[in-house]
Amino acid sequence: MILAGLLIITAGGGILAWVVGAWSERACRWVALLALCADLALLIFVWVSYSASGGALMEPPWLLQIDYPWIGPLGIRFHLGMDGLSLLLVTLTAFLGIASVGASWTEIREHVPAFHLTLLWTLAGTMGVFLALDLFLFYFFWELMLVPMYFLIGIWGHEGRVRAAYKFFLFTQGGGLLLFAGILGLYFLHARNTGVYSFQYRELLQGVASSSFAFMLMLGFFLGFAVKLPVVGLHTWLPDAHTEAPTAGSVVLAGLMLKTGAYGFLRFALPLFPNQSAELASAAMILGTIGILYGAFLAFAQTDAKRLVAYTSISHLGFALLGIYAGNRLALQGAIIVLLAHGLSTGGLFIVVGALQERFHTRRMDELSGLWSSIPRMGGVAMFLAVASLGLPGLANFVGEFLVLTGTFAVSPVLAAIAALGFVLSSIYSLWLIYRLFQGPERRMKEAPDLGGREMAIFGAIIAVIIWLGVYPQPVLTTAKPTVDSLVSSATYVMQAADEFGERERSPYEETGAPEAEYDER
Amino acid sequence: MLSLLWLVPILPLVGFAILAVTAGQLARKAVSVIAVGAVSLSALIAIGITVAYTITAPAGTVYSQTLWQWMRVGNFAPAVALHLDALSMTMMVVVAFVSALIHIYSTGFMADDTGYSRFFAYMNLFVGAMLTLVLADNLLLLYLGWEGVGLCSYLLIGFWYRDPDNVRAALKAFFVTRIGDTAFAIGIFLLFTSLGTLNIPAVLDEISTYAPGSTLPTAAAALLLVGAMAKSAQLPLQTWLPDAMAGPTPVSALIHAATMVTAGVYLIARMHTLFVMAPAVLLAVAIIGAVTQLVASFSALTQYDIKRILAYSTISQIGYMFLALGVGAWAAAIYHFGTHAFFKAALFLGAGVVIKMLDEEHDIFKMGGLRHRYPLTFWAFLFAALTLAAVPPLTITFNSKDLILNQAFLSKGGRGLWILGLIGTFLTAAYTFRMVFVVFFGPAQSRPEKTPARSMVAPFVVLAFLGAIAGIPELLTAIFGSQNLSSFLRSALPGPTRDFPSADGPWLFQLIYVATALAGIAVAYLLYERAPQYTRSVVSTSVGSWLHRWWFADWGFDWLYQKLFVGPYVVLARINRNDVVDLFYKGLALISRVINGLLSSTVNGNVRWYVAAVAGGAVIVVGLVVIL
Repeated sequence: MILAGLLIITAGGGILAWVVGAWSERACRWVALLALCADLALLIFVWVSYSASGGALMEPPWLLQIDYPWIGPLGIRFHLGMDGLSLLLVTLTAFLGIASVGASWTEIREHVPAFHLTLLWTLAGTMGVFLALDLFLFYFFWELMLVPMYFLIGIWGHEGRVRAAYKFFLFTQGGGLLLFAGILGLYFLHARNTGVYSFQYRELLQGVASSSFAFMLMLGFFLGFAVKLPVVGLHTWLPDAHTEAPTAGSVVLAGLMLKTGAYGFLRFALPLFPNQSAELASAAMILGTIGILYGAFLAFAQTDAKRLVAYTSISHLGFALLGIYAGNRLALQGAIIVLLAHGLSTGGLFIVVGALQERFHTRRMDELSGLWSSIPRMGGVAMFLAVASLGLPGLANFVGEFLVLTGTFAVSPVLAAIAALGFVLSSIYSLWLIYRLFQGPERRMKEAPDLGGREMAIFGAIIAVIIWLGVYPQPVLTTAKPTVDSLVSSATYVMQAADEFGERERSPYEETGAPEAEYDER
Repeated sequence: MLSLLWLVPILPLVGFAILAVTAGQLARKAVSVIAVGAVSLSALIAIGITVAYTITAPAGTVYSQTLWQWMRVGNFAPAVALHLDALSMTMMVVVAFVSALIHIYSTGFMADDTGYSRFFAYMNLFVGAMLTLVLADNLLLLYLGWEGVGLCSYLLIGFWYRDPDNVRAALKAFFVTRIGDTAFAIGIFLLFTSLGTLNIPAVLDEISTYAPGSTLPTAAAALLLVGAMAKSAQLPLQTWLPDAMAGPTPVSALIHAATMVTAGVYLIARMHTLFVMAPAVLLAVAIIGAVTQLVASFSALTQYDIKRILAYSTISQIGYMFLALGVGAWAAAIYHFGTHAFFKAALFLGAGVVIKMLDEEHDIFKMGGLRHRYPLTFWAFLFAALTLAAVPPLTITFNSKDLILNQAFLSKGGRGLWILGLIGTFLTAAYTFRMVFVVFFGPAQSRPEKTPARSMVAPFVVLAFLGAIAGIPELLTAIFGSQNLSSFLRSALPGPTRDFPSADGPWLFQLIYVATALAGIAVAYLLYERAPQYTRSVVSTSVGSWLHRWWFADWGFDWLYQKLFVGPYVVLARINRNDVVDLFYKGLALISRVINGLLSSTVNGNVRWYVAAVAGGAVIVVGLVVIL
């Protein structure tokens, strides 16, 4: 019931905010904020009670489920389920949702009620994506999150918003089409094999025999998710959409919407097609590595601060892709941490750039310079987020990237070593951004206030979570463990990838047989 | 006492946290109390721990303390845990003590700076990170400290951020060291993947079961060496350190002389078993060290900026430490680290006093004659310089470098390295006393009278004094054969002990070193104090000026890297700003638009055209049906 509650609170909160907004814009913002706070409180309650129970589950790996028939004859059910991975990502959704509403507090002044309606419906769609266990329902949420996002960019965005919104829509819709084709293909293939027509995740999980048709289906899923992630080559919608979207839109896009791609790989593409994914693993890992380096290279080249931050997402999610397809426990856990860490650090940087734009009405790095002296608090926050983004140990991104690379090294030392160059390139773009905006000679420009209480509260929360994940990520690792375990046990693709690279077949912890009991202790 | 170990790295971090959260809202006095208090307290505890450790060494000579489990995935389980043995203790106490003195000095040096609180926040963070690095019991925590000090180095070099040159120097330092850090990280991946642990003693135990010279130890040692080279500014990754002098002088003293730059030396000493298993890499360490100290000495001879002279001198002295490591004289390397931390920090602090008194003048040729005006500064600086040049009996620490040279000579095939080291001894004395003569002797320049703050002079004099007498324990051994630092360090760093075959050996070699150093001083005296016109005429010859420019520009490394890496990266990035991949999609959009245009032009309202099109279409369809 909690799961449906989350969706109802978010979507209903959006409608309520819209209704109330006709009467008072201030009340509208508060309704949206409170709805998301209620979500977060609910999620923390779930997490705490799960942890208190010592991780005991009714039906591993699911913490919570609800299941109602929806369109019976077609085998479509309203089936939601939450495991550790979903819990983490939905919590991130609520957290960044609160940050987005807070960041829009003074930025958005037009069509305020409609803005909060679209924002909350995007968030509801995103939560639905992270929870759906029926593929038809999943696709429903997938589209639900897309359409409001299109309006968010197209209505409240910056100068080039219309073109960017089109581009975003065409790319993701194209990907969505392939995904839908994949889902339908799988549905019919399954029906032909078993005689049961079902979109149920558990039903479809039984695995697909190797065939070129199955490979095509897997490719449909892969491409659908790859556009979202985005995998390098399919990434060119991202900088436009992220740059032109309003701050809240950028935070949701980078922090959450890209994560749905990664989530799709972890939840669907790999478990549904283990064998077919194995054939693709080495190619995907190479794409991930290219993404890490090419994204960082492009980020450095930009003159628009927001575009620079946008390109860093390609680099960060390259680590996620690499980790997901390296497929061992370390790499998968690392990829999950990367998803959370990227949401926080890049989301935070988007809020910084948004705050700058609100104050100076420009994002161009050659028009801004030496801001530290006039707005030192924002400088400090930006420095922290940039340093987190370049992977400083003790902060969240490092834990994720280091685990991914350690895991990858066991599969392919060469790719891990090349991907590690991302450490150097990420430091170049991160510190370059700080240099161009906050350091150097002071420009004479209009007086601007430093970060206020509302903004400090947002950044304070983000910074606190980044430090927490950096120095003690264990609660997150433990929460994600059941999901990772079931992935690893089904993941024959690891071995194949290892074979193709002609390296050791097993990850080190499998060789030494680490005591699993120890891992569970918190 | 030992159980207080965790406070040593934590206290400065707490100081940082307070200063960061208050963000410049505190009064200067409160900032000083918090920052200096945190580091001093940490230093006092470190000294207490040292005393407790030496009186009653813990079982197995190692004391470890686990604070919490950092993360655990399978057997990837690095903890936040501290490891105290003779090596880490020596490093810890030197780092904490020098840091405390330099913090006190900074309260005077930075007194008028607007970024007072920010400065001390960074400094405290640095001390916390450096102590974490030194005390870490596993490679991942060591890496955390390693990157943490790199970040602080960047923050403090670019402390005066309004000048783009400072920021560029800071970025250069960070990027070059990050290249090394990345190699180090790959080394960690390799070690973990092969050995299944990151705990340093466990790694060293495991690695000693491998055959010397086999692939794993060699590859891992080589990767770690690249990390150490970048951090310790050894050839060919030394280019960032001279530029790093853009930071405030206390930063140069603390980070870029006494502590952080020696982290590479510490890493190799800490992982010495690994390096012993990789003889080829160990030889590379020795050669890199010997060549670096020579190359940097030549550059030091040509600089005008007092801080750049000292920077090249630091590179050169760390070269000696690498030489010591390379011939397996671990204890000698750490001993030299300790004495160098004192006397080089003292030289920097002295330079800071001079620079401050002369209104930010860095050019030694615009100083001159300062010996009468600042006698205390002069004498302390002179003692530190004598320690650097290693001239007994005015300094008792002369033997820290000489030990290294002896060990190099006695090691197998080390004669060539020894000769390079000896040339370095001559050059060291020459560039050091070039600086002393030019700055403190000669005609005085008239300038407004200023007196240095007591908080600045006191730490400087203490460090210079300590540097000069730090060699007493070693000297006592030479005479009486008692317990000394080297044999104490040997409990953590077992290595070969090499002695001269005859009892006269040490004395004979000592004579050679002293004579070489004195010759260096004499040459500096002749060329810069007695007859500077000779210097000018040598430099004005074509070969002379060419060499001068070459050495002055750090042997052209910067130029080479600019052409090879920096330039191409920037240019390519600029060309590709709009992302070539997007051209494909732009092309798709263009094609659709063209087709759209073509098709729309068919909807032209011309009935004859429509009829013709329908007829043509019908013919084609019928034709297809017939053919198929």
